[in-house]
Amino acid sequence: MFENVGEVVLLFWRTLLALPQSWRQRHKIFEQFFEIGNASLLMVCVLSFFIGAVIALQTGPVLVERSLASAVGGVVGIAIAKELAPVMMAILIAGRIGSAMAAEIGSMRVYQEIDALRTMNINPIHYLVLPRMIAIAIALPMLVTFSILVGWFGGAVVANYNHHMEIPFLAFFSDLKNIVVLQDVGNGVFKSFCFALIIGSVSCHQGLTTIGGPRGIGRSVTKAVVNSIVFIVIFDYILTRFLLK
Amino acid sequence: MNGANHNVTGVGLVVRGLRKEFDGQAVLNGIDFEVQPGEIFVIMGPSGSGKSVLLKHLIGLEEPDAGEILINDESITAPEIAVKYRMALVFQSGALLNSLTVGENVGLYLTEHRLKPADEIGKIVLEKLTDVGLKDAVHKMPSELSGGMKKRAAIARALVIEPQLILYDEPTSELDPVSSVVIGNEILELKRRTGVTSLVVSHDRDLAFGVADRIAFIAEGRIVTIGTPDEVKNFKDPLVQNFLHIEFQREP
Repeated sequence: MFENVGEVVLLFWRTLLALPQSWRQRHKIFEQFFEIGNASLLMVCVLSFFIGAVIALQTGPVLVERSLASAVGGVVGIAIAKELAPVMMAILIAGRIGSAMAAEIGSMRVYQEIDALRTMNINPIHYLVLPRMIAIAIALPMLVTFSILVGWFGGAVVANYNHHMEIPFLAFFSDLKNIVVLQDVGNGVFKSFCFALIIGSVSCHQGLTTIGGPRGIGRSVTKAVVNSIVFIVIFDYILTRFLLK
Repeated sequence: MNGANHNVTGVGLVVRGLRKEFDGQAVLNGIDFEVQPGEIFVIMGPSGSGKSVLLKHLIGLEEPDAGEILINDESITAPEIAVKYRMALVFQSGALLNSLTVGENVGLYLTEHRLKPADEIGKIVLEKLTDVGLKDAVHKMPSELSGGMKKRAAIARALVIEPQLILYDEPTSELDPVSSVVIGNEILELKRRTGVTSLVVSHDRDLAFGVADRIAFIAEGRIVTIGTPDEVKNFKDPLVQNFLHIEFQREP
């Protein structure tokens, strides 16, 4: 898993160097962006609602029992904004989009389409990696912002209708507003941006280094998802500990 | 009309002492040959003799362990070589991008390098597809094409580059005899029309002797003989003679 970290970093660096090509690749960036959003929005919505709901359900009754009902909104708000939305959405996108990236680029590698690009003097990093990386780096933070809002709404619904809490919507969001600051949301969105770069780099690298036939593509897809998730969790700790205290 | 508005003049190719090993196993064992500008040079030999690996070296997809490849006396590893000389490879499988239509595949080089406005690219694509008899396939996806059509589309994609050196990897494999003749005629017609240097890797005897100006016979990573089709036909080597003349023999 860690033996190819250098290659992944090199691919990321080469993609950064290719950034001036972004405008030329804008149609492909838009296609990828649409693909990510279209494929993920409903799943993000459902997942986020129930994450918010379950956090409220787990923490709400305990806090209310100790006369801390006014903390429920804040706890749900902080947990979702700073941790659960960025991490869970990144894992979801690693599974949904990272796997698709690895499979698509991997099959292009196996079936010599990437060799064909090279013979036409078309750089595969410009043509394949850059649009995917930019699209996911824009889409994931947007999805996470959306996820935070839906998650809060899910928490508020449970806090309102659960007979152990019965916290009105207005009170829930007023408490949330008192505790959660804009920086908390910003931290979560920044984390998701970093996770997007991890998913893009790891998945594209796996695709570009695919060898063998269909079995090789399957192996690359699995490695792309597993490695992305492992690096997301590791970087989540690093970012939380050193950057977003 | 020219795809990229270049003057097409075939280039000379020199290969000297080319060696390549994979996992300690020698695939190319010191290959030497020269191809003259505008010549159709066929490399033939049995499967696994190193033909396709040699082709990948010639287009820069593989790096040799030793030896050199020169195009018009300039090393293929020189950084500006891809800009200075236009080369194209027609892959054995066609290697069309499955996510693009046939037309988009054929026009990809011009689109990505922004060499022409979109409407002009459309005209060139149609012209090249007409040249290979695939005018009606412009909006089709590669998955909708037969093996022969894919190869012809790949040739059209190569033609758009207006190459000075065109490499064909097993252009008639998996094709019926009629389609094989169509592809062979395409190779000859292209040379006649543009003067391109062509290097064809094949184990198809009919194609090799039908189109070649000269033939190199390769076995176990070595050139066994090089000569005109007649010279190769008369070369007294059991391996070459067996390859050229073997037929099915049914018991009565």
